[in-house]
Amino acid sequence: MKPVSHIRSRTAVLAHENIDTDRIIPARFLTTTERAGLGRFAFNDWRYLADGRENPSFELNRDEARGCEILVAGRNFGCGSSREHAPWALLDYGLRAVLSSEIADIFRNNSLKNGLLALVISESEHRYLLAHPGLELAIDVAAQTIELPDGGRFGFQLDAFAKHCLLAGVDQLGFLLAHNDSIEQYERLRGVAA
Amino acid sequence: MSAPRTLFDKLWDAHLVKAPTPATPGILYIDLHLIHEVTSPQAFAELRARNLTVRCPERTLATLDHSTPTTPFDDLGQPVYASEEAAAQVAELEKNCAQFGIRLNGWSSDHRGIVHVIGPELGATRPGMTIVCGDSHTSTHGAFGALAFGIGTTEVGHVLATQCLLQSKPKTLAIHVDGSLPRGTSAKDLVLHIIGKIGVNGGTGHVIEYRGAAISALTMEQRMTVCNMSIEAGARAGLIAPDQVTYDYLRGRPYAPQGEDWDKAVAEWNALRSDAGASYDREVHIDASQVRPTVTYGTHPGMVVALDAAVPAATSLQDRRALDYMRVEAGKPLTGMAVDVVFVGSCTNSRLSDLRDAADVLRGRKLAERVRMLVVPGSLAIKREAEQEGLDQVFRAAGAEWREPGCSMCIAMNGDLAQPGQLVVSTSNRNFEGRQGPGARTVLASPAVAAASAVAGCITDPQSLLQEQAA
Repeated sequence: MKPVSHIRSRTAVLAHENIDTDRIIPARFLTTTERAGLGRFAFNDWRYLADGRENPSFELNRDEARGCEILVAGRNFGCGSSREHAPWALLDYGLRAVLSSEIADIFRNNSLKNGLLALVISESEHRYLLAHPGLELAIDVAAQTIELPDGGRFGFQLDAFAKHCLLAGVDQLGFLLAHNDSIEQYERLRGVAA
Repeated sequence: MSAPRTLFDKLWDAHLVKAPTPATPGILYIDLHLIHEVTSPQAFAELRARNLTVRCPERTLATLDHSTPTTPFDDLGQPVYASEEAAAQVAELEKNCAQFGIRLNGWSSDHRGIVHVIGPELGATRPGMTIVCGDSHTSTHGAFGALAFGIGTTEVGHVLATQCLLQSKPKTLAIHVDGSLPRGTSAKDLVLHIIGKIGVNGGTGHVIEYRGAAISALTMEQRMTVCNMSIEAGARAGLIAPDQVTYDYLRGRPYAPQGEDWDKAVAEWNALRSDAGASYDREVHIDASQVRPTVTYGTHPGMVVALDAAVPAATSLQDRRALDYMRVEAGKPLTGMAVDVVFVGSCTNSRLSDLRDAADVLRGRKLAERVRMLVVPGSLAIKREAEQEGLDQVFRAAGAEWREPGCSMCIAMNGDLAQPGQLVVSTSNRNFEGRQGPGARTVLASPAVAAASAVAGCITDPQSLLQEQAA
């Protein structure tokens, strides 16, 4: 994973609550065996009309939302399935951060492992960002702050290890493999065959 | 004397290779890794790219279920895939399992079926284990007192390579279900009722332990239905402490311990319950006697209503949008709403008892005109048992399609799907917009309610059909 330390971008807003992973990428696009190129399916059933044209009323299709790398989404974003295709699709679509007052566990975990900043912010700041699309935000992972255009700053939750991995681009599989001795010792103690 | 611990604490402690520190998550050992064709190919690609092998192929069990067709085989006995991509995905899993020495319950296996159905059926799922799968409904296996949860594909790679996961410790939520379920209600009604009470995000960050008299009274198949939908409340996992019901289910299954090993295992399993005085981060009480036949009316599994109750008024833009999508009117019950498709199946409700529940309603009856009904058994073993009992004949005689096992219309990625605007009464677990096909509308229900709705052509309480018969 490439290190992620700072993101500066305008925000796009999807205020819907409980946006599930079937919304983010419908299951019929999961027959792929690749992880690349899924951005074209992101939010497919909202983004396109039945005849394949772009849906002009979908928030992210508006001119001012194009190119935004930070999505502010309604509460409980990413609920539903464990498909990692969801963060893969959002990253490939061009997003680098998703902010919400609540983010579903598996989606958040999958996102952070891929360098997509799925960040939980407080309800009051969440309300403010939902009401003000297009704000230019500066996310600082090391300082755990998000800076508003007026210089105001607020924090976000992030556990120490996830933060370290984002900043240093830590390969978590490499981290686990380095603990092979402990794993072998555990297997011996529990009498489970390796 | 050590402090009292919850069932979750005991499972967690027993699997820690390394305890979490303020700077690092815990390293958790995984006893059983279930894999399927959709969420594993990119993980195997990662192993190849790093020249790694599968650490414990004997702790890994594979099946075909998600992209897999449930339609009849062709004249040459071959499955008919919905797309070349789906066929390629299955072929990829076959290749990966062959290369890395993993047991695959593939097309030629008698044990093929939905991943969360075959694990328990084979006795591969047992109390005290840690079980993961690249699938959020892995919570199903918690019904056996196993810590079981869904993971993403990156983590599938971690488990393949190291048999371990990096995990921070979740919180615990006890759901006490007191009293007993009324006649005519099912485990599906109970779990929909629970999600309605705690909300679609009510379990986020938590492992649920279901406890109480109403839970102890459930069969294993019913317990699986309850634990299966834990994720629909956002929970990491759902647990039920093992007891004699669990042991009676497991004894004699292919992977269950035998002879002296069985007695030893049961003695260990008996310790797998929360100690008196153990504390949970949160506790919720549910009165089982209040549960009625329950369905969803909106676009997430927390939007539930009893069949005889009025759909609540929308209190947010969000809710109004959901009602509009569903074409549901607030202030009226859902009964009487016209139905196009009925789906009995999925890892929630595709086991033998579910098929019997549906067949009991359908026996001697016909589907309403224009209603299409798919009955998709959870595994080949269930399909054969059902056929021995003649359930397939009941379904066929009523006009329903009797299919090969698989996830089918629950996730609608194998070609089994509803058309835009169609209303599906479904025994599956998710009623998200478009989940069962673009524009399709889903009402989640128990097998009995689904079958009654297929007969009546509109959403119907099975009790009303049965009373009709008696009258």
